[in-house]
Amino acid sequence: MIEMKGVYKTYPNGVTALNGVNVTINKGEFVYVVGPSGAGKSTFIKMMYRQEKPSRGSVTINGVNLTTLKERKVPYLRRDIGVVFQDFKLLPKLTVYENIAFALEVIEDSPKKIRRKVMDVLDLVKLKNKARFLPDELSGGEQQRISIARAIVNRPSLVIADEPTGNLDPDTSWDIMRIFEEINSRGTTVVMATHSKEIVNTLKKRVIAIENGRIVRDELRGEYGYEN
Amino acid sequence: MKIRTLGRHFREGGKNILRNGWMTLASVGAVTTTLILVGLFLMLMLNLNQIAENVERDVEIKVLIDLTAEEQQINELEQQLRNIPEVSIVQFSSKEDELNQLIESMGEDGQAFELFEQDNPLNDAFIVKTEDPIDTFQVAEQIQTFDYVSEVAYAEDVIRKLFTFNEYARYVGLGFIIALILTAVFLVSNTIKITIMARSKEIGIMKLVGATNSFIRWPFFIEGLLMGILGSILPIGLVMGGYYYLYQNLTDRIQFPFVELLPYHPFAYQLSLILLAIGAFIGVWGSVMSIRKFLKV
Repeated sequence: MIEMKGVYKTYPNGVTALNGVNVTINKGEFVYVVGPSGAGKSTFIKMMYRQEKPSRGSVTINGVNLTTLKERKVPYLRRDIGVVFQDFKLLPKLTVYENIAFALEVIEDSPKKIRRKVMDVLDLVKLKNKARFLPDELSGGEQQRISIARAIVNRPSLVIADEPTGNLDPDTSWDIMRIFEEINSRGTTVVMATHSKEIVNTLKKRVIAIENGRIVRDELRGEYGYEN
Repeated sequence: MKIRTLGRHFREGGKNILRNGWMTLASVGAVTTTLILVGLFLMLMLNLNQIAENVERDVEIKVLIDLTAEEQQINELEQQLRNIPEVSIVQFSSKEDELNQLIESMGEDGQAFELFEQDNPLNDAFIVKTEDPIDTFQVAEQIQTFDYVSEVAYAEDVIRKLFTFNEYARYVGLGFIIALILTAVFLVSNTIKITIMARSKEIGIMKLVGATNSFIRWPFFIEGLLMGILGSILPIGLVMGGYYYLYQNLTDRIQFPFVELLPYHPFAYQLSLILLAIGAFIGVWGSVMSIRKFLKV
């Protein structure tokens, strides 16, 4: 599913974010990416949806080498990847329904299909009754559920989340985690960067720890391993 | 692209235009101003051009035949003239014709010349016209070398001045129009840049969920196109109305035979189409210029 070989990343300002990363993540896995701030977690994750290109080394997703992928093919790669952020990235002027439908309009689905898919996914995140609300009228947890819904509405094979619970209180975080588990149980690969010791230590999954741009630990059913 | 998607792009483009009301107005205003000036200029230029062409068409070379030439030699000269490839018309004008013309052209005073009818001092002549007026000089010089030619007369100065004037007018006009168009393009592209910045978050999300660049580009492209078309409405109205007024009022008053306005139909329609095309071009170019660097996300 995901394969990184000897990946280095140095930004134009001279900062080296990744320093020789080798990793393989299989289809259907659930992986936490942990590590101190500035260790390279975000860059590691951005490599997977081709937001950043490696300075050296190769990144392969579903057999597609992202290092050599042509610029105009990138949109098609992203249609099979759902991305969720800490700050939700919802469009404030669109309703909940429109925010999710947006992801399907962009790939030119038919209105009928869009309606069905959006209602299905709203059902999954249990926000069918809020379809006509604007994002600002919802709580943080609800907004994150919308952004997850948008990420998975096109049934991607990989969902990437960059600290999805970073802005949420513990109870709400658990709601979000249950949704990720549900998504994962349907066979979708989930890669999640997180700072939550509680989540990682309770909901045991594979843990990849990154420090100074290197993978320092990679354990199945691992521990968070840092003091918060 | 699906029709439905095109519909979406038009809606989005239209929304952008309304959402950025004042900036749009400024851009449309720039296009309008540009097109009014371009329209006026083209109107003037094309008519002047037409007049110049009419004058040029009237340019003739008068070849005065030597008084000693016999009938036989005159025929030979005529043949020689006809053999010049650039020459289109060769017409014989006897010295009586020449005198009559002279008398006529002098009007009242011409009667004085009638005295000469008894003993006409003028030469017989050939009136020569070239296919393309620009060849006049060269042909005239060539004729000078023929036998039994006493003098070659043509309005050298006038023609040379006319040609240079025409040429300069064309270049100056073209430069002027291009400068105006560039200004309008710049203004339109700035407006669209602002609408893009306002939507940069949206564009980022679109890219994240797999929108192609062309999908993102279309609404802005249409926004530019609409601005260009909106900007051309007033200039087209002015051209149609203004030229109608001019044509109605000037045509009868102009006395020179070679000064003739281009007919309202089809000129006004052609000019309108040109303005519409330039307007659309300005809008589209402006939008293309502004989006380019925003898509490198």
